[in-house]
Amino acid sequence: MRYLPLTPADRSAMLDVIGAASVDDLFVDVPQEARLAGPVEGLPLHASELAVERHMSRLAAKNLSAGSAPFFIGAGAYRHHIPASVDHLIQRGEFLTAYTPYQPEIAQGTLQVLFEFQTQVARLFGTDIANASMYDGSTACWEAILMAARITRRNRAVLSGGLHPHYAEVVKTMAKFTGDKIVAGLPELQANCDDSHVIGCIDGETSCVVVQYPDILGRIPDLSAIAEAAHAKGALLVVMVTEPVALGLIEAPGHLGADIVVGEGQSLGVGLQFGGPYLGLFGCREKFVRQMPGRLCGQTVDADGRRGFVLTLSTREQHIRREKATSNICTNSGLCALAFSIHMTLLGGDGLARLARVNHARAQAMVGRVTRVPGVSCLNTTYFNEATLILPKDAREVVRALAEKGVLGGVSLGRLYPGVGGLANGLLVTATETVTDEDIETFATELEGVLA
Amino acid sequence: MTRYFTQDHEWIEVEGDTGTVGITDYAQGQLGDITFVELPAEGAPVAKGDSVSVVDSVKAASDVYTPVSGVVIEANPALADAPELVNTDAETGGWLFRLTLSDAGELSSLMDEAAYKAFVEGL
Repeated sequence: MRYLPLTPADRSAMLDVIGAASVDDLFVDVPQEARLAGPVEGLPLHASELAVERHMSRLAAKNLSAGSAPFFIGAGAYRHHIPASVDHLIQRGEFLTAYTPYQPEIAQGTLQVLFEFQTQVARLFGTDIANASMYDGSTACWEAILMAARITRRNRAVLSGGLHPHYAEVVKTMAKFTGDKIVAGLPELQANCDDSHVIGCIDGETSCVVVQYPDILGRIPDLSAIAEAAHAKGALLVVMVTEPVALGLIEAPGHLGADIVVGEGQSLGVGLQFGGPYLGLFGCREKFVRQMPGRLCGQTVDADGRRGFVLTLSTREQHIRREKATSNICTNSGLCALAFSIHMTLLGGDGLARLARVNHARAQAMVGRVTRVPGVSCLNTTYFNEATLILPKDAREVVRALAEKGVLGGVSLGRLYPGVGGLANGLLVTATETVTDEDIETFATELEGVLA
Repeated sequence: MTRYFTQDHEWIEVEGDTGTVGITDYAQGQLGDITFVELPAEGAPVAKGDSVSVVDSVKAASDVYTPVSGVVIEANPALADAPELVNTDAETGGWLFRLTLSDAGELSSLMDEAAYKAFVEGL
């Protein structure tokens, strides 16, 4: 169905009111040379649907996709097996409501799912509460920094060198507009996280310290020590989790002193999807709930004493409190949250722990095999399903050469930190439950060939 | 001790150069059940008319403006656990914050109790 709400008569009536002769008149302020006079040069004219479909299929066939090759890429987006039932269930008619509830209480099913989602996230993170989701991990991370600034009334945030560089970039970009001071560093190529360095950066003006867990190189920082140091200076600990499956095996950040825990929920239910849409997870201590951004679903009873669900604490939110709102996010990633919640439900607590163990075992098998390749060593003494290999040469070239051989062999640190010479030989590799022994053998063999 | 009122329904009780600020009983009645009070930071300098506090009720989140300029010296610690004090004791135990006045001359623009009562009756 085409959606053309205006007739030519409507249009000229509106133009009459504002005193313009034509729609083109509305653009007179745009300089002539910046306006398009005719068709875009070099762009073909329209083609039939069938022809476009063929063209696009040919282009798509040039991709080497995650599912069709030995795949060891992670670095913040993880390939996991998503049961087909997830996709089936999220498409049920009961869930085909607006992506975020604006007239919420008529959509009890959606609210109940969000309530259960919040419960799952809070239990996963070990926090008192969690919200109904954010856009993605990086924006959740920035919102956590803003929230810490509101709570502490300070605006100097320390980012650990182990924070994903893309997340650090998002934070720095946003801080340009708010004037928050951001102290950030680079990771060091050493076996353990440099926790003492981060601790040394915390001063009496610091609102929070942001620590990724496991960090960008796959290492597991000592959150308790950082929490203690932050709290001693009146600062908060914000923990960023880019791989929530890891929490099936390692202790929840909320149990280790984190005040705010944020995450990227893509690993569960959502899939890689060429980069999005993803899912921001956000949990915190109950005493901070008034300063928490985003939508929050609550359970209550109606006038007859029956259980019901509502959006609660809405007076924090932009649609009620306008420019004085706690945050300018007034929405959530409803469909991705639904998929996450269904996948988590299908796994259950034991299933998640088992999945996490399988991931770690696959990663151990991979690391064990590829470090037998001459010249290759593993940096980490701790890791979950992702670790950093040290190669005898620039890892960017190696990744490209492996792709030519049909192996998607990780993410080079040179790609994540362009121009940082000291990191160039680092290669970040991941193995999830989707990786087979045969994949690992192919990876090791091709890697040996490329390095020879 | 003298008590003054604003057209935004705040009261301030002044003793020496210290003022105690709250919202009026009329205001709490209009807001309904109060669920949370956001208070100013101690030591914060404030200027007459600044929004320094927020009172959340089941109906709305309302800004509270300081009737005079000065420096905040104390926020009511009882409100963190019992925001409903603003409903039950708006003009006594439900005070919001205390400040040191920087310009007592600003008080002359405020209403006294009789004037405020007349103002409310005219609403």
